[in-house]
Amino acid sequence: MSGKLFRNFSFLSATLSFFLLVGIFAILFTYAQEAMQEFGFDFLLSETWEADEDDEGGIFGGYIPIIGTLLSTLIAMTLAVPLAMGIAIFLTEIASDTIGKPVSIAIELLAAIPSIIYGMWGLFYFAPIVQSVFGGNGVGLLTAGMVLAIMVIPFMAAISRDAMNTTPLVLKESAYAMGATKFEVIKDVIMPYSKGGIIGSIILSLGRALGETMAVAFLIGSVMSIPGSITDPTTSIPVLLANNFAEAQDLEMSSMYFLALILFVVSFIIISVAKFYFLGRKVK
Amino acid sequence: MHRLILNKIVLVLSTLSAVIGISFLFWILATLTYKGVSSIHWSTFTNDLVEGGIRNLLVGQFTMAIIASVVAVPIGMMAGIYLREYGHGSKLASVIRNLSDVMMSAPSIVIGVFVFALFVDPFGGYNGWAGIIALAIMMIPIIISTTDNMLSLVPTELREAGMALGGSKHKIILQIVVKAAKVGITTGVLLSFARIIGETAPLLFTSANNQFFTMDLTEQFPSLTVSIYNLATYPDSESRELAWAAAFILTMIVLFINLIGRYAIRNKK
Repeated sequence: MSGKLFRNFSFLSATLSFFLLVGIFAILFTYAQEAMQEFGFDFLLSETWEADEDDEGGIFGGYIPIIGTLLSTLIAMTLAVPLAMGIAIFLTEIASDTIGKPVSIAIELLAAIPSIIYGMWGLFYFAPIVQSVFGGNGVGLLTAGMVLAIMVIPFMAAISRDAMNTTPLVLKESAYAMGATKFEVIKDVIMPYSKGGIIGSIILSLGRALGETMAVAFLIGSVMSIPGSITDPTTSIPVLLANNFAEAQDLEMSSMYFLALILFVVSFIIISVAKFYFLGRKVK
Repeated sequence: MHRLILNKIVLVLSTLSAVIGISFLFWILATLTYKGVSSIHWSTFTNDLVEGGIRNLLVGQFTMAIIASVVAVPIGMMAGIYLREYGHGSKLASVIRNLSDVMMSAPSIVIGVFVFALFVDPFGGYNGWAGIIALAIMMIPIIISTTDNMLSLVPTELREAGMALGGSKHKIILQIVVKAAKVGITTGVLLSFARIIGETAPLLFTSANNQFFTMDLTEQFPSLTVSIYNLATYPDSESRELAWAAAFILTMIVLFINLIGRYAIRNKK
């Protein structure tokens, strides 16, 4: 292969990411047009999701899946942030190498387990526990949020650990030499130093939780209703798409594309913020 | 001694979080093993889904993931090579690098929707190729990022030595730089393979599922993960048992590839 050809092929491959992103946006936008023109901005606030009897039209609003997505993510993040920070602190400051290494491996393996496994395990083993402790009928917002938390914790902990590990030893040692306790070193030296990475890890996990499909599909209940309490079943954008997208017709299909577009744009913004403002990827 | 007590409390809470995190891993693995092993019979591997086995599902899942890798690995590696070796330092390269990072975290269900619009709807139905394309789209950004990172670890002196010997740029890249980063890139490829082999959402309405054994990628294609999703929600106990068996096998495959990628290969270096 000649040098020029090689270079051109590598250039084309590199531009593919750009075209994919633009392509996804363009396709979703085009197919969502029908719903956008029909419902406009009200789509975000309307609770009705009903097809006409002839399946050709209907009234479709995205309020319920949007709220379901936001609430389940909120529950997940509330639970995941403290636990993930605890694990990251444990790995960087508390554990010796002999304990820290296997724990690190375990956390990384937990992050590798496919989401459908979390969903299935959650449905059969975790949901009954949630039901007996908090009431409700097992599946619902709370169960979905909790299992989502279990899913994002390892991911969040691993990135935060890496960020905390970048704190220069000299800084920590100086603080210890001044008589600081471990907690004070963590709070006043490590946290401020790795703040960017930690916030970045939280926002990236937030993006993951928002777009997570399979774990939530098993657990959120998949019903089109506004949850009256935290244990009530509802639905989320990815779950609605997973269960109903392929069977939808015309306007309903277009509304689904609209929801996919909203999810795509929101996660695009969240990930961009995480990357550019907080993680500031180092280019050597 | 209020600050010492506070210190103790925080340390205990952190350790507790780690214990909780690990307990979940063991809880999930224990459940899977307990439910999975008792549900696996010899016929699980020799029968297709229609006869209560997962033979066609395993073959289908691997076929799609392998072909997706065959597509994604060269493209991703070439893109990574461009970012690090040709476009390094340019504005364009940094824009592409960032977009690729964003693509890496795009919701997988949205990728499924995108592929549905382009490769399922116009072609009259679910097909294996659509599933492969969806998986490849998920895999490419991961490969780009690993290649990019691994090439950045190769010392500049190696490239300079190649140049001093009169090597052309692409020869230096292929025979020196990529070779030096081989271990890291292989790890990245294995980990991204482990990631896509367990994916469900991008397959739901691209390749969908098939109860029968097939190698015809133009029709609905059997998938282990999609079958788990369907089987687990059926009310009868036989379907559920098969779902547990499939879930156990899938998890073992994913964890095994992860262990090889993360520890076996890396330690050999």
